[in-house]
Amino acid sequence: MQLLKSLTLKELRSGLGVTGRYFFRKKITVQYPEERAPQSPRFRGLHAQRRYPNGEERCIACKLCEVVCPALAITIESEQREDGSRRTTRYDIDLTKCIFCGFCEEACPVDAIVETRVYEYHGEQRGDLLMTKEKLLAVGDTHEAQIAADRAEDAKYR
Amino acid sequence: MVNIEINGKVIETRDGVTLIEAADSAGITIPRFCYHSKLSIAASCRMCLVEVEKAPKPLPACATPVSEGMKVHTRSPKAIAAQRSVMEFLLINHPLDCPICDQGGECDLQEMAMGYGSGISRYTEGKRVVHNPDLGALIATDMTRCIHCTRCVRFGQEVAGMMELGAPGRGEHMHIGTYMEGTVDSELSGNVIDLCPVGALTSKPYRYTARPWELRSYHSISPHDCVGSNIRVDVRNGKAMRVVPRENETVNETWIADRDRYSYTANDHPERLTQPMIREEGEWIASDWDTALTRAAEGLKAIAERDGAEQLGALASYSATTEEFYLLQKLMRGIGSGNIDHRLRQVDFRDQAEQPAYPALGQAIQDLELLDAVLLIGSNIRKDQPLLAQRLRKASRNNGAQIMAINAVDYDFTFPLAQKCITTDLGAELSGVLKALLTLTGDSAPDSLQPLLTGVEPSEAQQNIAETLKAAPQATVLLGNTAASYPARAELQALANLIAELAGARVGLLAEGGNSAGAWLAGCLPHREAGGRAATVSGMDWRAMVKAGLKGYLSLGIEPELDCIESAAVTKAMEQAEFVVALTAYTGEGLMAQADVLLPIGTFLETAGSFINTEGHWQSFGGVARAAGESRPAWKVLRVLGNLLDLNGFAYTSAETIRTEMEGLFGDVPIGNRSEWTMSEPTKLHQGLLRIADVPIYAVDPMVRRAMPLQATADALLAVRLSANSRTLEKYGLADGDQATVSQDGGEATFIVAVDERLPDNAVYLPAGISETRGLGGSFSPIQLAKA
Repeated sequence: MQLLKSLTLKELRSGLGVTGRYFFRKKITVQYPEERAPQSPRFRGLHAQRRYPNGEERCIACKLCEVVCPALAITIESEQREDGSRRTTRYDIDLTKCIFCGFCEEACPVDAIVETRVYEYHGEQRGDLLMTKEKLLAVGDTHEAQIAADRAEDAKYR
Repeated sequence: MVNIEINGKVIETRDGVTLIEAADSAGITIPRFCYHSKLSIAASCRMCLVEVEKAPKPLPACATPVSEGMKVHTRSPKAIAAQRSVMEFLLINHPLDCPICDQGGECDLQEMAMGYGSGISRYTEGKRVVHNPDLGALIATDMTRCIHCTRCVRFGQEVAGMMELGAPGRGEHMHIGTYMEGTVDSELSGNVIDLCPVGALTSKPYRYTARPWELRSYHSISPHDCVGSNIRVDVRNGKAMRVVPRENETVNETWIADRDRYSYTANDHPERLTQPMIREEGEWIASDWDTALTRAAEGLKAIAERDGAEQLGALASYSATTEEFYLLQKLMRGIGSGNIDHRLRQVDFRDQAEQPAYPALGQAIQDLELLDAVLLIGSNIRKDQPLLAQRLRKASRNNGAQIMAINAVDYDFTFPLAQKCITTDLGAELSGVLKALLTLTGDSAPDSLQPLLTGVEPSEAQQNIAETLKAAPQATVLLGNTAASYPARAELQALANLIAELAGARVGLLAEGGNSAGAWLAGCLPHREAGGRAATVSGMDWRAMVKAGLKGYLSLGIEPELDCIESAAVTKAMEQAEFVVALTAYTGEGLMAQADVLLPIGTFLETAGSFINTEGHWQSFGGVARAAGESRPAWKVLRVLGNLLDLNGFAYTSAETIRTEMEGLFGDVPIGNRSEWTMSEPTKLHQGLLRIADVPIYAVDPMVRRAMPLQATADALLAVRLSANSRTLEKYGLADGDQATVSQDGGEATFIVAVDERLPDNAVYLPAGISETRGLGGSFSPIQLAKA
């Protein structure tokens, strides 16, 4: 039996059959950057800080994201602002430490820190990947429409 | 003793205790908000409802006394249902602002809600809105969070003795606040922050700066009064973020004074000295440790070689650590100078050789609660040692203690005074009391004290004081800080000793500053070495040093013109001295004008060491915060200075090695509180208008003087004024609100005048230790007053 299998090259042919099947099937390779892979609304890319529609930053310096961060990538300093509200004076995320687990977003009671769909970013210098509060707010301002749409879509599962 | 059963566990407990106390001692936790072991029972929160067999309804454990055979279930379905229902009611009006609440993470309500709360609220109506009263610079309020446990109200009423917070309104309209618009001014007010089980009362300086889980807690000891309160310092990234009390039943119970709680805010004051500085041709230049230390050592050595070591003097703060005191005196005696002193608020040193080993309370702090009669002599105990005053208040409330005072100012106390004598001549009043006692007992006074008793006729008040002291089974005579800076302090102490002896009472000395006991035992005195041994090279006390105009000084942790009671004299001496080395944590106008080398040292938060409190309790602590700039613990600076001066025995590697060495020396210190001093001649008191100068509560040391939240309190703001009674003011043509110029010892200053009927005739009250009175003279000394 074994001899017959060897002589007829059965195993070789069945192997090549798999190759053949995939050869003629519809391709799934994406021609990045001309083409993009589809993204989930839960995609966890670059972080952003959001604002309320009146322009007030959402973050209230509760530091829950800082304490939940498993990579210790978040650093926060806080104080009482002139108007008596609790605000951050420093909010840094070190993207070189971040593991993009999304816990910070989950912990946030006011949806201030979010992970956007943005995954194309780079740093040319040491420090470029240290996201400060200003940079995070700028990312949020740029992508607010998308961020809001994604949160709305996902709201019923949260 | 009765036997009860809680959750099937049989517990034998004292008769008359409440269920919650019995459960606590057996290690069974019952949830609670309003119950606190140090406060009276309110039973208002109902969180501690438990099921008691044969009782128709659940009972509050905090208000139910135990009885024989009681069977209690704290976790039965019925008990849990009751607790859950109470929790639901408590949460109805509580806002969902835990993320911005400073209590978040250490909140009783938060924890209890995790245990007993439901996930979803059934309450859909609007929540209660409450106005936040402004309680001053120390306590922040968010009254929507209040659950009406009334712990803060009961604290004010029972412990602090000032009913400042109350709960007006009923039901939905009940709220916690001041009855009239006003701040909370009690010197113990900060404790309501710890008592508040929610985030309604929080610390203002700490507000929004950290979360509890970021903090690392370290144990420390407060250096601001002789109680030696046990504190916990919470540190974040090497910076002290807040101070809270640490429970120690024998010292501070669960309380601390506001001074202990908020002094940490001065740790990063802009005036903090962060690197060594030297003066080059009149100009201050920042330097490095090598240069500055060499410069200091060479300067001191040069004077010692040229003019003799007795031309060098050392002045130390009351609140340096015992290790620092010890090294300072070792260094000075190593050079050959005995001019060492820390008693910068005293002026009378005649009886120093006969003094006890250290100024001691003569009894345990706890025992103050058991007293039946107390005579306070020259003491504003409430502001000087707030926690001792709290013990006396307990004695008065629980024990009906008769507290009497012989004072120069009729201070407001939190306990009623049975008798009081208000005068600038404290000695005469005491002589009257002694005379009355001698008549009572039929004894006679020793010959040396006879001059004080001739012609003395006891007044009714003095007679009463004598009788009360004699009749009381437990009585104590306490000599306070005003008595310590009294020109005839030795007489006061001799009289007090004799009075106590005749009345069968104890004598207590309430020391100034945080570590007077440590300074005495470490030998930071001209006449005694470590362990109370008589000094081989005796030297001058600080007043004599200043009068003699020494060529060089070494100061430790002081601002001479504020910490010495005679500001004018010490300023002059410092400015005229050739070479002054200051070990200090802060720069300041005075030091910048007086010193030649400034060496930055750590505050008590940054140095390891130990304090000895008034009952002789030796408490060590470690450095908890990161040193500011290049500052170093003072013991290290003194060690290096000792080595640079080629002295032997300065090879310490840690504060513990110094302590070990001291322990060997202190070993056989006699425990006693009496001095056997023979008066040769009574002190003549000054006549005419006298200045009464005590050191206000928030001016006791350089650190407290720079704690901005404390400086914004009523106690600090009201300290800056000149007051006298209306008769005295009338004599000088002054009225309330006028401007008046005073001159004393060549110094002059202008103040707004306030009428204060608590003062005796012919006296003005003008505190020491504040920058407004620098350059003036001492306490109980003449002052000129004129309308400006």
